[in-house]
Amino acid sequence: MSKILLHGTEAICEGAIRNGCRAFFGYPITPQNEVPEYMSVKMPQIGGVFVQAESEVAAINMVYGAAGAGIRAMTSSSSPGVSLKQEGISYIACARIPCVIVNIMRAGPGLGGIQPAQGDYFQATKGGGHGDYHLIVLAPSSVQEACDYTYRAFDLADRYRVPAMILADGMIGQLMEPVELPPMRDLKEIPEKDWATSGHYGAARRVLNSLIIQPDELEPHVNEMQRTYEEIYRNERRAVEYCTEDAEIVLTAYGTVARIVKSAVNELRKQGVKAGCVRPITLYPFPDDTYAACAARPNTKAFLSVELSLGQMVEDVKLAVNGKKPVYFYGRTGGNVPEESEIVAAAKKALAQAEAEK
Amino acid sequence: MIKILLAGQGGQGVLSIGQMLAESGLREGKEVSYLPAYGPEMRGGTANCSVIISEEEIASPLCNTPDVLIALNSPSFHKFAPRVKPGGIIIVNGSISDSYAGRDDLSVYDVLANDLAIEAGNVRAANMVAMGALFALTQLVKERSILNCLQERFVGKAAVYETNVRAFRAGVGAVAK
Repeated sequence: MSKILLHGTEAICEGAIRNGCRAFFGYPITPQNEVPEYMSVKMPQIGGVFVQAESEVAAINMVYGAAGAGIRAMTSSSSPGVSLKQEGISYIACARIPCVIVNIMRAGPGLGGIQPAQGDYFQATKGGGHGDYHLIVLAPSSVQEACDYTYRAFDLADRYRVPAMILADGMIGQLMEPVELPPMRDLKEIPEKDWATSGHYGAARRVLNSLIIQPDELEPHVNEMQRTYEEIYRNERRAVEYCTEDAEIVLTAYGTVARIVKSAVNELRKQGVKAGCVRPITLYPFPDDTYAACAARPNTKAFLSVELSLGQMVEDVKLAVNGKKPVYFYGRTGGNVPEESEIVAAAKKALAQAEAEK
Repeated sequence: MIKILLAGQGGQGVLSIGQMLAESGLREGKEVSYLPAYGPEMRGGTANCSVIISEEEIASPLCNTPDVLIALNSPSFHKFAPRVKPGGIIIVNGSISDSYAGRDDLSVYDVLANDLAIEAGNVRAANMVAMGALFALTQLVKERSILNCLQERFVGKAAVYETNVRAFRAGVGAVAK
């Protein structure tokens, strides 16, 4: 199959549609408006449902309903809009309904700005709403991955009955790159959901609920969710390593920043600095095994986490490295994106600092 | 790997030719990326996009230091000229901008894009004049690929297509001397 040129937002839509998404509920917010725009055209063409809801809160609750009935459903928004959805996401997580939520991050806090940022890492990976729950969080760093990971997110969500989130930044949304689209999946191939409230028809009654008022009923329910997260942790951690085998400084970043970091690693190597990088694909579960393996290598002297935030993922990197090697941080915020030269300088500084502290 | 920054006034078609350039590269089997700057912008505001065409995988899609700058108006020329890589190329729309970049480590091509586009039939084809100049100076994609993209864009609008082709050729001629 040949490649076509697509925007990141369009690639997300195609990834969803081609893996059976037949319901989309959204509300406009920059920089993800191209997602509902594209879905509003495509959904009616393939027999799906598109609703521009009256608010983000309504949209996520429509996802709750549609996905609860067994349909593959999705919503998308950007940072402030995703904050509004958190109550609904917590309910969906408790009711164990698989769905996909897309967050094309913009700069916060508050209404913030509309340029790319990664300040929602904590919100996405640590729960976001109230209560003990997690989402499966995937971070694409190219337009091809925006399509592929959205496709995969539906399968992961269904398999574990856990909502999945695509965490991308504004740049991935706007970027155009060649994409090879996966074939359209036959809806009959998608495994049947024996829990879905898809009609009574004389069969046993099915209930999806997030109100479990008896402590002795809620505790085992939450424990069961926890066991699922442990299973996800065991099976689904993914990361990509680049030039880490002999690296003295291991940089790490996700999303668009990982691309700039890769350029910085190439430049550092050109200047004779042994640099490498780790790019997590799954932000939850966090690929701590990859970091631990890098930390165990005698040649690794330090880590540097580069983010469009003031230091969020770096906390997970520190937990994974577990004090074996120093972990440093470089970040930009407010919608500014670091240049390759800034990252090169930060990496050299981190390496010098690690050697001085030894 | 060639990094091109295309900038101008909203409505001049810098995003259109940027996308066309990326599409042309893709059809020749090259690695490409197209990144528009987005913001609270409108017709009459500023617009710019970054295009990278490469034989190898593209890591960063940013063009902080482009090899080539196409500036279709004066504010974008002065804003981005200092960022162009030493030894790089600037194509500036001389019809509505001066062409003094204040540096001697690169080549500035003063192309009368608006005038040539008017001669070709429509001032709105000024972007294609710049595209022609870019093609003549860098040969980074084939002429046929660009014209094919153009033809697809103006399906059923033969006159518009012809105007744009004339503008493109005028751009090629403007830097050939």
